[in-house]
Amino acid sequence: MRHLFAVLAALIFLVPVLPQPASAQGTPVQDLLQQYHDEIVKSSRTTIGPAIDALAGSGLAAAQTVLQKWQNKEMWVRDEDGLFFWAEQVDRDTLRIHDFDTGAAAGEFPDDGFKQMKPNSGIRALLAAALVRFQLTDPDPALRRDALQAIQRDAEASHLDPLRDSLEGESDPAILALKQRLERLLTIRFDEDEAARLAAIEEMSGDIGLDVRATLNPLVATVRKVSEGAIPEGTNVARELKPGRGDLSRDTAYEMLVAADMAPARITNAAMLSALGANIDGGSVGGVPVAQLNTDAARERAYRALVEAGKAPPFVSEAEIDAAFDTHSFYDAYAEASPAVTAAAEEALDAISFNVGASQAFDLTLDALSLASIFFLAAIGLAITFGVMGVINMAHGEFIMMGAYTGYVVQQLIPNYTVSILVALPLAFAVTFAAGVAMERLVIRWLYDRPLETLLATFGISIALQQIAKNIFGTQARPLTSPSWLDGAWTLNDVVSISYIRIAIFVLALIFLALFLFIMKKTRLGLETRAVTQNPRMAASMGINPDKVNMLTFGLGSGIAGIAGVAIGLFAKVTSELGQDYIVQSFMTVVVGGVGNIWGTLAGAAMIGFFQKGVEWLNPSNTLAAQTYMIIFIIIFIQFRPRGIIALKGRAAGD
Amino acid sequence: MRRESFFARNPSVVVFLLCLAAFTLVVSVMSEGAGAGLISTSFIKTLGKTLCLCLVAVAMDLVWGYTGILSLGHFAFFGLGGYMVGMWLMYQRTHDIVAASMANATIPPTEQEIVDAIGTQIFGVVGSSEFPPVWAFADSLVIQLALVVLIPGLLALVFGWLAFRSRVTGVYLSILTQAMTLALSLYLFQNDSGLRGNNGLSGLQNLPGVEASQAVVSIWFLWASALALGLGYLLAAWVVSGKFGSVIRGIRDDEARVRFLGYSVEGYKLFIFVLTAVIAGIAGALYYPQAGIINPAEVAPIASIYLAVWVAIGGRGRLYGAVIGAAFVSLVSTWFTGGQVPSVNLGFYRIDWVEWWQVILGLSFVLVTLFAPKGIGGLFDLLAGRIVPNRHGADYGPDKGSFQEAEGRE
Repeated sequence: MRHLFAVLAALIFLVPVLPQPASAQGTPVQDLLQQYHDEIVKSSRTTIGPAIDALAGSGLAAAQTVLQKWQNKEMWVRDEDGLFFWAEQVDRDTLRIHDFDTGAAAGEFPDDGFKQMKPNSGIRALLAAALVRFQLTDPDPALRRDALQAIQRDAEASHLDPLRDSLEGESDPAILALKQRLERLLTIRFDEDEAARLAAIEEMSGDIGLDVRATLNPLVATVRKVSEGAIPEGTNVARELKPGRGDLSRDTAYEMLVAADMAPARITNAAMLSALGANIDGGSVGGVPVAQLNTDAARERAYRALVEAGKAPPFVSEAEIDAAFDTHSFYDAYAEASPAVTAAAEEALDAISFNVGASQAFDLTLDALSLASIFFLAAIGLAITFGVMGVINMAHGEFIMMGAYTGYVVQQLIPNYTVSILVALPLAFAVTFAAGVAMERLVIRWLYDRPLETLLATFGISIALQQIAKNIFGTQARPLTSPSWLDGAWTLNDVVSISYIRIAIFVLALIFLALFLFIMKKTRLGLETRAVTQNPRMAASMGINPDKVNMLTFGLGSGIAGIAGVAIGLFAKVTSELGQDYIVQSFMTVVVGGVGNIWGTLAGAAMIGFFQKGVEWLNPSNTLAAQTYMIIFIIIFIQFRPRGIIALKGRAAGD
Repeated sequence: MRRESFFARNPSVVVFLLCLAAFTLVVSVMSEGAGAGLISTSFIKTLGKTLCLCLVAVAMDLVWGYTGILSLGHFAFFGLGGYMVGMWLMYQRTHDIVAASMANATIPPTEQEIVDAIGTQIFGVVGSSEFPPVWAFADSLVIQLALVVLIPGLLALVFGWLAFRSRVTGVYLSILTQAMTLALSLYLFQNDSGLRGNNGLSGLQNLPGVEASQAVVSIWFLWASALALGLGYLLAAWVVSGKFGSVIRGIRDDEARVRFLGYSVEGYKLFIFVLTAVIAGIAGALYYPQAGIINPAEVAPIASIYLAVWVAIGGRGRLYGAVIGAAFVSLVSTWFTGGQVPSVNLGFYRIDWVEWWQVILGLSFVLVTLFAPKGIGGLFDLLAGRIVPNRHGADYGPDKGSFQEAEGRE
C-alpha cells in the first residue's frame, strides 16, 4: 500500500515537464546523495570513501542501484539543481532518466543539462567492494551463490568484512556452509590477525578441496635468494642451501651470484668462441693455428694465450668460485612473512596431501574398474565365440563397429537420444546377430577343424567390413551422443569423480555377466552349447543339432558384440577403425583370463584394466607407454599361467 | 645309392633363380638408370621393394608353411631391420649436411659440437636434442648393419624362447605374436622412445657420400634386393630340403609325435623363428632405403597379417608360392590403390577401385582360404599333373593343404 502511494506520489510529481526537486520526505537515497554531493561530483579516490560507506551502510534498497549505476557510469547529475539520476542514452543527445528512490522513469531529456559521473578505476573498485555486501545479502539465493563464486574466483581483502557480516542473516543452510568455508579461506589469505589465520588453517587442515589447496599453496611458495654474508634478519627462511649439495648445483648457484651482480660472469663457450674469432691473427690465435681449434683442449690453450696477452677476460677459477660461495648465503625464503603461518600451512598441506593421496587411490580404482568393464564388455562376445566355441573371430572388432554405426544411424532417424538408445540396443543386437549367423553359415562352419585358417578367413572378412564401413560412412569420426541424463559426472569431492556414462557401462557389464551366466547355466541353449563344444558327436547322438547350436551361439556372441559397440560408441569416436582398437585387447582379456570361463574373462579384464591404470598413474602423460607395458606384462604373464588366470581342468579343457 | 645333388632334387630352385636373374637383367636394361628409360625410377623402386617383400614372404612361408607357426609378428622384425639401417642413413646424412654448414665458421667446430648439432637436427621434431642411448652406434655403418641382424634375431630369440618354452601353440601363439608387434609399434609411437615417435625416420633414400642419381641408386638396390632374395630363397630351400626339413614339417603336422620321437621340438621351432626373423630384418634393411621413410605404422599388426595373406594366396608350404603371392598381391595392390584402374559406372553407383580394393582383397582371401588352400601355387600342380590323389581316410596331419603325398615318399 505504501509503495503504491509512493508511486502515485511520484507520478503526480512527474507530471510537469521537468521533475521537481523531490521533497525531503520519501527520498532517502537522494538525500544521502545530496549530503555527499560535493565528494561524489569531485570523484577522487581519497575522499570518496565516506560517501560510499554511507550508501552501503544505509540499509536502503535503492542504495544498491545507486552503486551499480555509478559503477557502470550511468549516474548523471542535473546541473540545474544538483540532483542525481540514473539515465540511459536513448540516442546521442537524449537521456531517459530515472529516479533513484522510486525507480520510475522520469521522461526523456536532452543531455545538455546533465553531467555524467565517470568514476575512475580506483573508485570503481571501491564501488565493487561495496556492492559485494548487497549481493551477499540479496534475497535471491541464486544471486548470492553467484556472488560467492565471483569472490572465490577473484578474492580481495575487502571482501572479508562484508562476507563475515552476511553470515548472520543467511537462511539457506547450503549457502551458509559455502559462506563459512569461503570466510575461512579468506581469513587465511587476508586476515591481519595472525592467530585468526592460524585457527583457520588448523580448521581447514586435511580438507582436500581444490580451493583449500589453492589458498594454502601460495603461503608456502618459496623464492630462491642469495645474499651477501648471513641471511638478513626477519626473513622467513624455508631452508638454507649449500651450493653443490641437494638441489642447488654449483653452476646454478654461481649463476645466481652473477645475476645478482655479486660475482664476475664466467667465460661461456660462446664468449670464448667470439674472443677467439675476434683475435685471429695471420691464421692463428694465440699461437694455435685456426685449423687446429677443433678440440676443446686446443681452444682453451689458445684462449689462455689471449688472456696472458691481455686481450680477453680471464677464466673464473674454481677457487674464486668457492670463495664467492663462502661469503654468500643461499636460501629459500617464503613470500609469506610470518613463520608461524607458513609452518601451520606446511603442516596442513601435509595432512591434505595424505588425504588427497587416499582419494586419488580411490579415484584410480574407479577409473580402473571402468576401464576393466569396457574391456569386459568388448571381450564378452569373444568369451562366447572364442572362449566357449573355440572359434577365432578376427572380425569381432568389426561387429563392435557395426553395433556402434547402428547406434549412429538410429540417432539420425530418431532425434530423441533416450529413445534412440533404447531402440539402438536391440537393433544393434539384431544386426550383428544376423551378420554373425551369416558368417558362421558361409565361412566358419567349413573351418571348424582348421583354427588357424578360421583366423585368416575371418581376418579377410574383417578388412572387407572395415573398408565397406569406410566407403559408406567416410573416414571422419561420427558422433554417438549419449542422452542428457548420462551427461555429467558423479562427484564425491574435488579429486574423486566418475562420469555417469562410465557408471552406465559398468552396470551394463554387470548385466551382461548375469545374462551370460543365465544363458549358459540355466537355458536349453546354454546346455546344448556346452554339450556341443565338449563333444559334438556325442551331443549329436543325444538329439542335439550341432549345426543349429553353433549357429545360434555364434550369433549370440556376435550380437553381444553389437550391443557393446553401442556402449563403446557413446564415449569413443565411431570410426571404421573402432573395432580394430579393441580386438587385440579383447583377445588378451580372454586369453589372460582363461579360455572357456566367464569368471576368467572378468578376472582378465580386471587385471588388464587395473594394470593399465596403474602404469598410467606412474606415468600420466603417456597412455601409449601404459599399453606397451601392459602387453609386455601379458606376454610374461602367459609364461607362468599359459592357460590363463582361471584354467579349465580335466575334460573340459579339451586336450 | 648315389645321392643326387641339391639342385637336381629341387629343380624348382633352379627355375626360380633363373627367373629371378632374367627378371633383374631385363629390368636393369630397361631402366632409366641404364639409359633406356622404358621403366621409370619410381617403378624400379616399387619392383625393388616388391623383391624385399618376397624375401620376407619366403621367411613367413618357412615359419608358417613349413613349421606351422602362424606368426603375426614378422613385420616387427622387418621394421626393426629398417630402423637399424635407417638410423645410420639418417645420422650420416645429417652429419654431412651439418658438417658442410659448419665448415664456414671462423673457428672450426669440435666433434662434440657437430654431434650436438646433428642431435638438434634429428630430434628437434620431437622436442629434444639429446641423442638417446639407442643411437650410440649410429655413426658406424658396420655396427648398424650387424644390428640389422642382431636386434631382430635377439628379439625373436627372447620372445620365441619364452613362448615355445611354455608350450604356447596354435592360435594362442598367433595372438601373442600379434601382441608383440602391437607392443613394439605402440612403443615406437612414443616420442621419448628415441626413434622420433610417429615422425619415424625419413630421407633414407639418400645414400650419404654417394653422388650417383636416384635412377642409378635404385638399380643398385634392385640388384641388392634380388641378390638377397636369391640367397634367402636358396637358404630356405636348403633348410627345408634335408632331414631338418622333414622334422619341421613333422612339427607342423603333429608336434606331439615329433616330440615323442625324441626331437627337441622347441629347439627346432626356435631356430626357425630366429632364422626367419633375421631374414625379415635383412629384407627390411633393404626395403626402407628404397621407400625413403619408416614410421611406427609400418610395424602395426595389420602389416604382419597382410604378410600371412600374401603367403596364403600364393600358396604356403612351397617357397615359390610365397614369392608369387607377395609379388602378385603387393603389385596388384599398388595398381589398385594407385588409382590407375578405371572406375566402373553401374549407373546407380560408381565403383571406385581405390575404395573397393580392400573389400575385394578381403573377400578373395576368404575364398582362397575356403576353396583353394594351395593358393596360386596350386596351379603349378595342375600344370605338372601332380594332383594329389583323393586319399580315402584321415589326413596325415591336421593341415589339409600340406604337401603330404610327396612327403610320404621321402
